[in-house]
Amino acid sequence: MVALTAIAGLALITAFIFKEGLPFMMKVGAKDFLLSDEWRPKEAKFGIFPMIVGSLVVTAGAMVIGVVFGLGVAILLTQFCSPRLVSVLKPCIELLAGIPSVVYGFVGVVVLVPLIREHLGGPGLSVLAAAIVLGIMVLPTVISISVDALQAVPRPYYEGSIALGATEWQTTHMVTLRAARSGIVAAIILGMGRAIGETMAVMMVAGNAIALPRSPLDSVRTLTSTIALEMGYAAGDHRRALFATGVTLFVVIMILNSAALALSRRGARGARSR
Amino acid sequence: MRIRPAVTQRVAVSFMWLLAAATVGILLFMIVFILWKGLPEITWGFLSESPRRMGREGGVFPMIVGTLWVTGLAVLLAAPIGVGTAVYLTEYTREGRLTAAIRFGADCLAGIPSIIFGLFGLVFFVITLGMGFSILSGALTLALMVLPTIIRTSEEAIRAVPRAYREVSYGLGSTRWQMVARVVLRSALPGICTGIVLSIGRSISETAAVMLTAGSALGLPRSIFDSSRTLSLHFYLLSHEGISMEKAYATAAILILAILAINLAAAWLMRRFAPKAR
Amino acid sequence: MRKLSPFVTSLLGMALAWFGGAGCGRSQENAVNVIGSTSILPFAEMLAEEFHRQNPGIRVKVQGGGSTHGLQAVTNGTAQVGMCSRSLTPEETGLTAVTIARDGIAIVVHPTNPLAGLTRGQIRGIFSGRLTNWKDVGGKDQAVRPITREEGSGTREAFTHLVMGKERIAANAITQESNGAVKELVKTDPGAIGFMSLGLVGTELKALAVDDVAASTAEVLSGKYPLVRPFLFVMKGKPGEPAQRLIDYVLSPAAQQLLEKEGLVRAQ
Repeated sequence: MVALTAIAGLALITAFIFKEGLPFMMKVGAKDFLLSDEWRPKEAKFGIFPMIVGSLVVTAGAMVIGVVFGLGVAILLTQFCSPRLVSVLKPCIELLAGIPSVVYGFVGVVVLVPLIREHLGGPGLSVLAAAIVLGIMVLPTVISISVDALQAVPRPYYEGSIALGATEWQTTHMVTLRAARSGIVAAIILGMGRAIGETMAVMMVAGNAIALPRSPLDSVRTLTSTIALEMGYAAGDHRRALFATGVTLFVVIMILNSAALALSRRGARGARSR
Repeated sequence: MRIRPAVTQRVAVSFMWLLAAATVGILLFMIVFILWKGLPEITWGFLSESPRRMGREGGVFPMIVGTLWVTGLAVLLAAPIGVGTAVYLTEYTREGRLTAAIRFGADCLAGIPSIIFGLFGLVFFVITLGMGFSILSGALTLALMVLPTIIRTSEEAIRAVPRAYREVSYGLGSTRWQMVARVVLRSALPGICTGIVLSIGRSISETAAVMLTAGSALGLPRSIFDSSRTLSLHFYLLSHEGISMEKAYATAAILILAILAINLAAAWLMRRFAPKAR
Repeated sequence: MRKLSPFVTSLLGMALAWFGGAGCGRSQENAVNVIGSTSILPFAEMLAEEFHRQNPGIRVKVQGGGSTHGLQAVTNGTAQVGMCSRSLTPEETGLTAVTIARDGIAIVVHPTNPLAGLTRGQIRGIFSGRLTNWKDVGGKDQAVRPITREEGSGTREAFTHLVMGKERIAANAITQESNGAVKELVKTDPGAIGFMSLGLVGTELKALAVDDVAASTAEVLSGKYPLVRPFLFVMKGKPGEPAQRLIDYVLSPAAQQLLEKEGLVRAQ
């Protein structure tokens, strides 16, 4: 029926990508592919380790910003904000989510990169720039899911804590946050998934060097950028290598997403059963 | 020395306010920056002419057309399938293996990065099915991307319709289909439309997947089998390659205005939706 | 439902009109898809506009993506003409190549860079990562930042072939995916050095002399400038009529003059 299109579509995409990518990984040897640090398609060397590190480092940096800002705003929205302010802040967050990634990248290139280059050194196109831009991009995801998690905490928890004499902030960090823990972790994980999957903005500000980054000011290439940069013209083994890169990305994100879903379901079940 | 809890609270809350202000500040900065530099360039000529000299002169009419077609077609394809799936999941089946599987499929689809959609679209639609770089390839790929959003929002909207409505409808003697079509869907309509409107926003912003499937031709597309450049891709190329910063800002301004309009439409629809859900 | 109906019907109506107006199936008979090198792209676009003015019945659609992408598009039928800014390799069989112009590869630096030129050996040293500071080649005490193109780029291929020889380009070189992107980056970074199509350099960057020969179209024409590569239009087998008309136009004296005015060298 019509409903099966969703699974059909997913199955098709998964099958295609795995069909092209997996045999290649087997041929080259998964260990070599994932851990070798030389990506030189012309010489048939296909190690994606620098890109894996690139993606991880950029995502980690992005999550630092995403968690600090995101959680902060979420707590503010749910615990310390008047309804009028909420109706102002919430649309702003949604707007942030709607801005195209290329615009984020562009503002990053025009404003952030020169700042980094002049004041911190290096080419400017760097892990730092990518982390900052991505961090801002994942904020809406982290905020909205954290807000849901925080709002799902039963009211009696809050009231009980206040009745015992705690201030709102003490209640928040000792009771509410702990109760919403699994939902918040889910928010962070989903934010990570979003950050790892982002292509355009990262491609514009990270510099795309194929070497392992040694400092946050170094230029770096992510898994997604590799596919975007080279897919247009890759053929034969090179194309299969890109599919294998896609497989890696796919697997990582699937794991993250499943973990997030499981966590948020556990949290919801836990809250209901208490 | 113990710090009084009230003081800790003041510090913590002030810090969070700072974060919130910074977040909103960044948003406002981006929007104002783009609009301030781009709006002056948007003339009627810009909106109605084709680009000349790679986009250094002229306008973005073909890109507007291309974007409308790719987005429109994608939503046209995804909406019936998405709403249909949502209806099926909520009204026609019991919770079980199949529904869990469908929902899992939709959730997974939602998490796949856009570049993988582009990869798939390029190899499947463009090359294997022989559609070439075309609006059709782009639309089909985008349809798959927005499908989960439509399914999820439609499902929520349908679930929010009070049980009473359904029971009254049965009580009056309607068939299941009549109940669904005339009662449930009608009251869930604003919520469903919100999902569709959000999908439109997502499609307009999408660049990576479109780049690999619809191509980047500058000319006015004559049919859905023609390659066409969307506004977001045009903006990327203009700005990244330094072809024309003024035109780039103007293109971005159009995009931002469109997003603002879409968010306003979604918010308005939500407000119409909320009272009914009580 | 009532609200949706007029909207849906008008959409369907538009769709039908579109389909009907465009004719059934692929209206590709009088369209020529030209895909490939970002170096050739602006020139091809300019020629396409002029060609369309003289041949209103034929639509030429030009896109970028890189030389190798263009060759693939021709091979799998997505394009009728591929643009390639390097010579074909022996493995690229089954394709016919026509030289439409010649172009120099410029070594570009920021306008404030005090150097006037470099030797090929020095350029090789910089791009391979051996030389890391501008003072190693007689410039300021500042880190050198080499910028390269993606691997499928014809410009990169030509550069590797003409300058790098057996040495590889450093892994930590920043990669950009078009001439325009390289130009934008070098324009804003005082320590940067990149390579790009000479015809696209313009006035905002400084093009270094190579082996004491200035980087100008005059020197390319005279044969003294060492970094020159052909601009090719590539086809698979025998081109269709519209594509052939385009090629004939591009090779005509009028078109060649247009190209020269923009900074290229004629095909000869």
